[in-house]
Amino acid sequence: MTLLTALIILCAAIGVFFTFVAAVGMIRLPDVYTRSHAATKADTLGAGFSILAVALYFGTAGEVLRALLLIVFIYYTNPTAAHAITRAAYSQGIEVWTADDTTEDSQ
Amino acid sequence: MTEFLNTVLLGAAALVVVLALIVLYRVFAGPTTHDRVVAINVIGTSIVIVLALISAGLDRPEYLDIAIVYALLNFVLSLVVGRFTYQSGEVDWR
Repeated sequence: MTLLTALIILCAAIGVFFTFVAAVGMIRLPDVYTRSHAATKADTLGAGFSILAVALYFGTAGEVLRALLLIVFIYYTNPTAAHAITRAAYSQGIEVWTADDTTEDSQ
Repeated sequence: MTEFLNTVLLGAAALVVVLALIVLYRVFAGPTTHDRVVAINVIGTSIVIVLALISAGLDRPEYLDIAIVYALLNFVLSLVVGRFTYQSGEVDWR
């Protein structure tokens, strides 16, 4: 196994791991704002590593350029979209989850 | 060696599909519409990842163009929903 192959597999594994973290966050976290936090951070990082693996796999100039364009685009648009959604949710009056909600649930 | 790498990348794509199906639970169960839109955004990003990994796994570089166009459309959906639900009070989105 060459070094490049190992690097590609490592990048793909890290990408899948952070996508897994995003999925767990989407299921487990309590309200819209924390869920969009998981969506923004973990899923964006997972997409970055996965597409980096694809760029390393192809290695030719055109494909690397397109993959890097895709990475830049996802890193730019994903937080913007989550920000727009949470801003709309907050202006709609959806309540923010606080520590008091946890104590009420446990009692 | 290349076949092994292709198999690994296609397997990673399959795993991401499974994770997107798990996130689909939030689209059904999400208490508010904004939960559903955030979940759909995550699923769209997962589909972009799957398209990129498939383009490497099948040696089809042209699929990367499809992934770029899909990322554009995914972004437009979230921005439009955020934009048109920003004015609070009038619409009950729950």
